[in-house]
Amino acid sequence: MKYVLMFTGSQDDPSPSPEVYGRIMEWFQTNGSKIVGGEELQGTSTATTVRFKDGKPVVTDGPFIETKEVISGYAEVEVADLDEAIALAKGWPGQGAVEIRPTIHHGPS
Amino acid sequence: MRSGRRSTTAQAEDALVQVFREEAGRLTARLVRIIGNFDVAEEIVQDTLLVALEKWPKDGIPDRPAAWLATAAKRRAIDHLRRDARFRQKLELLKQELTTPESEEPDDRLRLIFTCCHPALSREAQVALTLRAVAGFTTPEIARAFLTTESAIAQRIVRARRKIVEAGIPYRVPEGQDLDERVQEVLAVLYLMFNEGYLASTGKPVRRDLAEDAEWLAGLVVRLLPAEPEAIGLLVLMRLHLARADARLDAAGDLVLLRDQDRSRWKRDLIAGAIGLLEQAGAMRRPGPYQLQAAIAACHAEAASWEATDWPQILLLYDALVRLLPTPVVRLNRAVALRHVQGAAEALAEVDALAGELAGYHLFHATRAELLIELGAAEKSRAASARALELTTNPAERAVLERRLAELDA
Repeated sequence: MKYVLMFTGSQDDPSPSPEVYGRIMEWFQTNGSKIVGGEELQGTSTATTVRFKDGKPVVTDGPFIETKEVISGYAEVEVADLDEAIALAKGWPGQGAVEIRPTIHHGPS
Repeated sequence: MRSGRRSTTAQAEDALVQVFREEAGRLTARLVRIIGNFDVAEEIVQDTLLVALEKWPKDGIPDRPAAWLATAAKRRAIDHLRRDARFRQKLELLKQELTTPESEEPDDRLRLIFTCCHPALSREAQVALTLRAVAGFTTPEIARAFLTTESAIAQRIVRARRKIVEAGIPYRVPEGQDLDERVQEVLAVLYLMFNEGYLASTGKPVRRDLAEDAEWLAGLVVRLLPAEPEAIGLLVLMRLHLARADARLDAAGDLVLLRDQDRSRWKRDLIAGAIGLLEQAGAMRRPGPYQLQAAIAACHAEAASWEATDWPQILLLYDALVRLLPTPVVRLNRAVALRHVQGAAEALAEVDALAGELAGYHLFHATRAELLIELGAAEKSRAASARALELTTNPAERAVLERRLAELDA
């Protein structure tokens, strides 16, 4: 199954220390065979939200929800089941939290 | 808690409950394995149980109830799979399976238990799903046990089943490091189930009793995972409570404190059996919180009278428990043991240190009230009892507190 792991960081937190950064790189390398995509994201100060109000797009500054926890990056992984995805998330060296969501498979099965 | 003499109808119901308990989980486990879809399999079994519940009380329980249920479930499953293109390939498999006698099948229920108690499900969903899929409860029975509506439980079950399928929660027994963590999760679910049944019990007979079913489930986990001493610890803890359950309520249905219980009503043979089991767990040399709590319950259960209670031993066990599980509630209970070893003043100092964390917990105030009385501070004790009363809605506990307040006024 395919899952997206969404990594959160704190709004106020500066970017990870070089040491943590090194371990994050290591995480991507170790789990390389299961990772099919993913990126680190710029901070929410760079975010722009397009919101549909009465069907009309309205462009605003900032993320779609103002919270302390913000998504700082994501990885798409291809694994057998949720337990494997949880195992990957448990090994994540960053701070904050990791949200795991299965993706919906469209097209012929 | 079921007690007293049972009528013929009640005996027939007991027999029915036993069949459901033993067969529902096995059948669900087999169907999940064949169909490969938890959502569909669980629903088919529940529907099958409902049919049996309608027929059996009238026609009697069939000679081979497992085979009856398997045949009925198979018929439903075939109907279901015909309608759903995703399962076409499973049809042939299903037609061949579920015909071999049950006894030749491996017991698959452990996988089922781990799936129902997966940490990615909410605790409420874990409880409801385990009761239905493993212990053969019907939705109305779960609703009654948790004093909620059938639709609320049904919704909880449907959501949980969907999550299992859509989020890819696996149907297997975890291995290695994960196993220990996941066993703890299962035990926590069963302990919550037990407490819900035990504390909320009113003495009124019900067809299914949560505390007894939790004990049955814990026994099943012990049978399937015989090398887990903490599972044995939980089972013993439950059995020691159940062995003394009859003495917990008086004729009027009021709660009787341990100190005042008629110990001749305790089931000594059950207590001895449970303690023997705890010794087997102890021999595995992997202590844990459930084994320690069971050992504390065993100290109480073995004491011939309240005065004969071995408090120094209980305090030692609490010291060990606090090291493993340093929660404020465990520290509060340790303080009660401390009172009997070192006195009320020392115990009160320990209890007062928990004021910040337990200000909203009625037993914190009730314990303080008792210690304050002993130290001659009647006014402070009254205030603490009043605060405890404000914080609990449990009728049995309220009655105890009201009695204590009345005694202060007398």
